Amino acid sequence: MVPFDFTYHQPSSIHEAIQLFQTLQQQGKKPMYYAGGTEIITLSRLHLVFTDAVIDIKQIPECQVLDIQQQQLVLGAGVSLTTIEEANPFPLLTKTASEVADRTARNQITLGGNICGQIFYREAVLPLLLADSEVVIAGKDGVQQRSIHQVFQQHMQLQPGEFLIQVKTEQTYLSLPYAHIKRRKQGEVGYPLVTVAALKKDGQLRVAFSGVCPFPFRSQAVEERLNQQLPVNTRIDEALQHLPRPILDDIEGSAQYRLFVLKHTLFDIITELEGE
Amino acid sequence: MATTQQCEMLLTVNGEAHSVIARPADTLLFVLRNKLRLTGAKPGCLNGDCGACTVLIDGGPIKSCMMLAIETVGKTITTIEGLKHSPIQQAFVEHFAFQCGYCTPGFIMNAHALTEKYPDASDDVIQEWLESNICRCTSYREIEQAVKSVLLKKHRND
Amino acid sequence: MIGKSVIRKEAWDKVTGAAKYTNDYVTPGTLHARLVTSPYAHANIQAIDIEKALSVPGVRAIVTGEGLPLTGEDLLDRPPIAFEKVRYHGEVVAVVVADTLVQAEKAANLVRITYEPLPVVGSPREALKEGAPLIHEQLGSYQKGRGIYPEPNTNIAHRTKIRKGNMEKGWAESDVVVEASFSFSPSDHAAMETRCATAEILPDGYIIIYASSQSPFMIKKLISSYFGEDVGKVIVHTPLVGGAYGGKTPVQLELLAYLASKAVGGRKVSVWNTREDDIITSPVHIGLEATVKLGCTNDGYLKAAEILYLFDGGAYSDKAIDVSRAGAVDCTGPYHIENVWCDSLCVYTNHPYACPFRGFGHGELSFAIERTMDLLAEKLQMDRLELRMKNAICPGHTTPTQVLLNNSNVGNLPKCIERLRELIHWDDWQRIEIDARTVRAKGVSCIWKTSTVDTDASSGAILTFNPNGSINLISGVVEIGTGTKTILAQILAEKMKMDIKDIHVKMEVDTQTTPEHWKTVASRGTFMAGRAVLKAADDAIRQLKEIASIVLRASVEDLEVGYGKVFLRDDPAIYVNIKDIAYGYKYPNGNAIGGQIIGRGNYILRHLTYLDKETGAGKPGPEWTVGAQAVEIEFDKRDYTYKIIRAVSVIDIGKVLNEKAAIGQVMGAMSMGLSWASRETFLFDRYERVLNPQLRTYRLLRFGEHPEYIVEFVETPQIDAPYGARGAGEHGLIGMPSALANALSVAAEVPLNELPLVPELIWRKKKGEHHGSI
Repeated sequence: MVPFDFTYHQPSSIHEAIQLFQTLQQQGKKPMYYAGGTEIITLSRLHLVFTDAVIDIKQIPECQVLDIQQQQLVLGAGVSLTTIEEANPFPLLTKTASEVADRTARNQITLGGNICGQIFYREAVLPLLLADSEVVIAGKDGVQQRSIHQVFQQHMQLQPGEFLIQVKTEQTYLSLPYAHIKRRKQGEVGYPLVTVAALKKDGQLRVAFSGVCPFPFRSQAVEERLNQQLPVNTRIDEALQHLPRPILDDIEGSAQYRLFVLKHTLFDIITELEGE
Repeated sequence: MATTQQCEMLLTVNGEAHSVIARPADTLLFVLRNKLRLTGAKPGCLNGDCGACTVLIDGGPIKSCMMLAIETVGKTITTIEGLKHSPIQQAFVEHFAFQCGYCTPGFIMNAHALTEKYPDASDDVIQEWLESNICRCTSYREIEQAVKSVLLKKHRND
Repeated sequence: MIGKSVIRKEAWDKVTGAAKYTNDYVTPGTLHARLVTSPYAHANIQAIDIEKALSVPGVRAIVTGEGLPLTGEDLLDRPPIAFEKVRYHGEVVAVVVADTLVQAEKAANLVRITYEPLPVVGSPREALKEGAPLIHEQLGSYQKGRGIYPEPNTNIAHRTKIRKGNMEKGWAESDVVVEASFSFSPSDHAAMETRCATAEILPDGYIIIYASSQSPFMIKKLISSYFGEDVGKVIVHTPLVGGAYGGKTPVQLELLAYLASKAVGGRKVSVWNTREDDIITSPVHIGLEATVKLGCTNDGYLKAAEILYLFDGGAYSDKAIDVSRAGAVDCTGPYHIENVWCDSLCVYTNHPYACPFRGFGHGELSFAIERTMDLLAEKLQMDRLELRMKNAICPGHTTPTQVLLNNSNVGNLPKCIERLRELIHWDDWQRIEIDARTVRAKGVSCIWKTSTVDTDASSGAILTFNPNGSINLISGVVEIGTGTKTILAQILAEKMKMDIKDIHVKMEVDTQTTPEHWKTVASRGTFMAGRAVLKAADDAIRQLKEIASIVLRASVEDLEVGYGKVFLRDDPAIYVNIKDIAYGYKYPNGNAIGGQIIGRGNYILRHLTYLDKETGAGKPGPEWTVGAQAVEIEFDKRDYTYKIIRAVSVIDIGKVLNEKAAIGQVMGAMSMGLSWASRETFLFDRYERVLNPQLRTYRLLRFGEHPEYIVEFVETPQIDAPYGARGAGEHGLIGMPSALANALSVAAEVPLNELPLVPELIWRKKKGEHHGSI
């Protein structure tokens, strides 16, 4: 139950959405872009989110694209995770997406919503960080395409009024060797203790993490250590020294235990991609 | 299109068109239960965690506590009340796949969609779908048997 | 009919969405309440400002705690709405009533309360420490029931003492002694239907309550006694209940609904828990800290047990006192020990308050006892099942409260153990290394349980007839999912020798027209209500025969009832149809005799006594169901993760009345026990606030995580029970936590004496072992 009222808007074009946002803001409202909506409804219940106007972007054609265009995989922000899983254009993304929440929830959770959400796991971003994807963002100055590394730093650095339209990934990345492991406290549904996604490009490992810190990340320092010509355990130990801080220490698990789990998870990832 | 506090929305539920006055902020679950008096979909957490409120939107399972009613305008909504004499209902009865019955409508809607979409569902696919719903009474084995019996029958009929 | 897997009477309602639960009856025009709850676990309430909340459109009333009586079933220690002080995170401080739930929620968010935080008590052991903050300063002045012994100026709500035999002698005879401590925090029932109650006060003073409850008759009595209402004017309706597991025995929201309705001139008000409120504001599953010391001879015969149970009753005692007493009554587990010393305490803490949970203290005590049994077997270097077999409780032995067991009041535990041994291939292996990382291991446990219900608990049944001779069965048992009402129909069908489809079961309870069934708890439905139904059937049969004897001009002794007829025993061709006499018999000339037949029956428990204050001696319950259980796991030595492969129960159920239903009850209980043991607990911060009050963070076992289940029954009839059947709704749960912990302790080679058994716990224990500290 959403304990406040809002108006609902369903623009059919990017331009209309941007216009709406500005108009609503000028009216003194606090508009919010809305895709799957699961997180907005969840957090509203707890008074952790407030909006008085939601702009549903799911009817915007660009947000519903799932296609290969000019050697790039284009995924609309409004595409549900299960749609991506079933089409399976990017097996690593399929795997990562399929571990988010549960399947019924993923019929609603969108790619854009998962990446842009407040709940800090945002696991769907991991494959995109690894594949150097580009993000297409609409704002009052028009539509821009930028590197995900520029825009996603711990979370999506969007300006007020901006929203994610699409994610584009070079086709060459889609079929690279990959590994993905999500480890939970217990059971097979729920937030991660640690999630590790990896791609191997030109013999080099690329690794991205969620659940380790209160934000998902990919770290050059960590990757350098993991790609050294040293025994695997040494590489891992050194990589762990270079993790960003803080290490999460919460109801899912203590920081120390997380590092223990992460160590073995990295071992499994490296082993899986060894020789690929 | 903008809407204010309460608005009229046309919903298609179980093959019937209904004109409903509700807030844009009202969830589909709330509208089904409180406006249309279709109480088969159950509130269990209002947080998308338990699956008791699962209904079908255009044939696919959705947690109705997590979707705004206004989002379903123009779509086809099926609730447990719209499911008549389906094999999955029969199977749930025969396999004792429920006790208190509270999670049952949600479980059945999800399982029904699963068996319709994947008549060949593997164990992994069955688990992937059905781990979306919580049952606190049974051991889940009864539910597993019920679902598998429907899949098996579909095969025999092929 | 007996033993057949009859499909439950309400099955089709439940698969079509037609089945209605309390919240489905909330009609247009009903007002909605939202609870304002405490963010602190212990604090003084300095001020409550409701002004801003009252200005929200649609708000009709805001009820606060001033001037309300204290409530409680054994010990009156709980204000229905906190007054001056809050004692747990989530305690109700105000109830906002509005036209819609959204308005109530908006207003609830605007109630401003000023608190002065107080030091918190986070566990029973902390609560017992000298100088611990007192949670109930007025404990000495609270009203209490008979046999309740609070200890004023402490945090002890009640202490049950068991003193049996001679401890000195017991220790002297013991060659081997082990002692260990165990603990787990409170957790939740997590029924899928959150608790809900509505109340309406009619102009003539009748109070109409709808409640999702296991205790509709108790609601009526308590509202009468707390608020001085005429007990006959309180009418409680309980439709189908969406899971209960003990959590719906306490009377809580019903009181709030009544108070809220009173505040708005008697209009109908619905109080419906959000999941978050249901998890922490409403009563929870009890926690425990325990120390168990067992002594035995070199050949493994138990001689002495010294047991301390500190139950975490939380902020209010409710039925936690009773749970702690049940823990004492069966404190040793199902073993014959002549010398027993046990103190079982119900301790106040600043945790959400506890109430019954499936197993009623037995899953809890079993965790401590069965872990200790494994430790003892290890020390003795004895087969773990053999140790249990040697000490298995049998007829001729006495229980901790000194009840002499006989062939009827206890089942056959050795037979259960024997069958379990075969089913789990115990003698083949108990721990096996599959590869460098993977180990498989088996853990076992034995269980027993009696039902410590009120000594005068009773059940009633009424049978009425329809013009076609079919019967309406009316019983006060609540259908909480156990299928008891269908079993009652089977019992009646068997007795009346009729088709079960001709028995119509009234599912809802309405305390004005339904005869009382004390509470739908303690696996007593089939026994007590079954006896009442049999008696009602006898009553109806007697009446049918009386009329038939006139119609057939035969003596009553020559008549039999069955197949819809009353017929001559020696010549069934001479008969009269029940349908022709159930509403009186009409002669061809219009004369009539008899009149409608109403069968009535009741049952009251027999020979139960209070327990002696100093020794615990007394008869707490009618019979002991026993069983043996096992869990097989596959453990990863590197990651400390595991998978439950198989779970097995062999239970002496007396007589199987409905096979699939009985197996379902046992498997469901096993599943709940495994879910609790492997993952469920409240996680508290240092201010004793619950950090995981949602199903997203309080995670339950899900589909696909379930193991293979094997359930078998032994049948040793309880002579005074319907067809010999024993209670079995809870027993499947009891041994699961201990069997799982035993299996994992063997696999990981480290004692695991805490719950839940998450990999991080095992990691922590293993790490502690390696580094000498944790």
